[in-house]
Amino acid sequence: MKITLAHGSGGQSTKELIEKIFAASYKNPVLDMMEDSAVVGGSAKIAVTTDSFVVNPLFFKGGNIGRLAVCGTVNDLLMRGATPKYLTSAFIIEEGAELSELKLIAASMAQAAREAGVIIVAGDTKVIEGKGGIYINTSGVGFVEGDDYASFKCTQGDAIIVSGSLGDHHAAILSHRMNIKNDIASDVAPLCDIVKNLQNSGVEVHAMRDITRGGLGTVLNELADASGKCFELSESAIPVNPQVKSFVKLLGLNIMHMGNEGKLVAVVSKKDAEKALEIIKNSKYGKDAAIVGYVSSGNGVVMETSLGGKKKVGILIGEGLPRIC
Amino acid sequence: MDKIREIADFLKTYDGEEVTLMEVCGTHTASIVENGIESMLSDKIKLITGPGCPVCVTVASYIDKLCELSKFDHTCVCSFGDMIRVNGSCGSLHDAKAQGGRILMVYSPLDLIDIAKAEPDTTFVFAAVGFETTTPLYAVLLEEIIRQDIKNIKLLTALKTMPAVIDRVLSSSDKITGMIAPGHVSVITGSDIFKPFAKKYNLPFVVAGFEGEQMLLAIWALTKLKDKGEVKNLYTEAVTGKRNETSYALVEKYFTPCPAAWRGLGIIENSGMRLKEEYSRFDAGSDGLYDDFIPKGCSCHEVIVGAKQPCECPLFGKVCTPLNPVGACMVSHEGSCFNYFNKKG
Repeated sequence: MKITLAHGSGGQSTKELIEKIFAASYKNPVLDMMEDSAVVGGSAKIAVTTDSFVVNPLFFKGGNIGRLAVCGTVNDLLMRGATPKYLTSAFIIEEGAELSELKLIAASMAQAAREAGVIIVAGDTKVIEGKGGIYINTSGVGFVEGDDYASFKCTQGDAIIVSGSLGDHHAAILSHRMNIKNDIASDVAPLCDIVKNLQNSGVEVHAMRDITRGGLGTVLNELADASGKCFELSESAIPVNPQVKSFVKLLGLNIMHMGNEGKLVAVVSKKDAEKALEIIKNSKYGKDAAIVGYVSSGNGVVMETSLGGKKKVGILIGEGLPRIC
Repeated sequence: MDKIREIADFLKTYDGEEVTLMEVCGTHTASIVENGIESMLSDKIKLITGPGCPVCVTVASYIDKLCELSKFDHTCVCSFGDMIRVNGSCGSLHDAKAQGGRILMVYSPLDLIDIAKAEPDTTFVFAAVGFETTTPLYAVLLEEIIRQDIKNIKLLTALKTMPAVIDRVLSSSDKITGMIAPGHVSVITGSDIFKPFAKKYNLPFVVAGFEGEQMLLAIWALTKLKDKGEVKNLYTEAVTGKRNETSYALVEKYFTPCPAAWRGLGIIENSGMRLKEEYSRFDAGSDGLYDDFIPKGCSCHEVIVGAKQPCECPLFGKVCTPLNPVGACMVSHEGSCFNYFNKKG
């Protein structure tokens, strides 16, 4: 069965769609009240974020747009040292979308929300003319109990730790789009375990970012700009899945500009570097973590290449495109 | 690895006569930047970029024609990504799209087959740029179009060949002491094609692959071979002395040599390829696209022949950046300005 404009009318069809798909999947006492807004418990300091998800294809190896919509927002909350608590979920659906796909997407959102320990407390559904596309916006609230992490806190000597291999999500999506057969799966995941374990251990984390669009290169440039420090990397220390490495090479892409959806970079006080690395490695989704460099005085992001040269790492400009000659 | 360390030491401490090496191929330029190679060389070894980025050497009238076609009814212009942001005399394909033109970025010309079959009422025009390496791909596309009797794919060609432009660059420069020959092109042409130029200008050509080690080895070999008119092939796993006859046969079936317009260099005889008369039905109007337009202050035309370094251009990094490129060399990921900007900031 396909979604029609009637599903967005606000009438009976909308009610059925919401009850059968969204309310049934997300089930929790706050949402179940079906009021105009959700009333929830709070905290003295909260983190708030919002993100829209427009990925194409909707389903890809390792996940789908639903899992992505939960993990993306949850991870953004975590990166400020917050404990994610509540999400809202707004769907914009083009007529012609398959109801069965919508069900799978909502089920993935519910599953990812359970994994991340958040509840989806409010939602919205709109149906527009189109060709069966599905777009999701999620907003999230998290409680901040300890120190919040912030880019400007990066200090000379800090270790730069990435939680695992780079580029997996980007390469998985691109493989789908280009119809290239391989085993590369998206790494889309909520990074709660890594962040919680770091917080509980008392290691001094100064800043944390999830490595999404723009890749590690873009994220570190933002941290370098905000902190007025130089981020020095060692190319040979950067974890990359061998299949992704070949894929990147084949298409002439730059791994430093390829996005993940389940990896973070943590900037940690030098004294705690090894301990933090061990903690991340022993956390869910962190087994391939590595220290990839250190913060120094100066500015920008520089990398010692595997060959022994030095180069600047820039931010992503435009799309990452394959070579043509 | 020990050998590479030795070579790296030699290159870092080299104190002989100054050498200036041109890498012709855009992929070599990208490899030099990716591997941080310039930081590994002594001040006596200079690297300059040549005319080997297909986007950078394309003239404005070609871009203008693509923009015009994109606005025709039932027409879609398909292109590799880099071409989309290059300015013609009145904007880029990117601008044309904002004005209602239909433009599609594709990763391979062969993608057009399925795209065109799904939309038979639209003519899909591929922006067919490239060197000896890419032209066989267009020939394969044509084979497939003919085999499947697809009526709605055309090419707008700006195909280039290397020998004549290499001759032009060397005849107008007295500072180049060695050439890193284009690696991908050599796979098709064979390395012997550079022998006449090595002799004529009494300087070495080295054919190299794209790994960092290969680049170091090539620079080392060119430094050692200074003033020797020799061709050395380090890329033996992919390149032989002889040309790839299969590719040539395929290309010659559909294309024929022609004069070509190069950005900033004007028309160079026998430096391009166009569709043969009998296949002109696949041509979207490629003839006579010779007019160039160099934006005021832009030095791309000097940068692509190594006469100027990107930072010597008055627009570099100020008016012209990868986000707001004025000249083509700042657009392409193989362009010297783009790479130089990312390296130096």
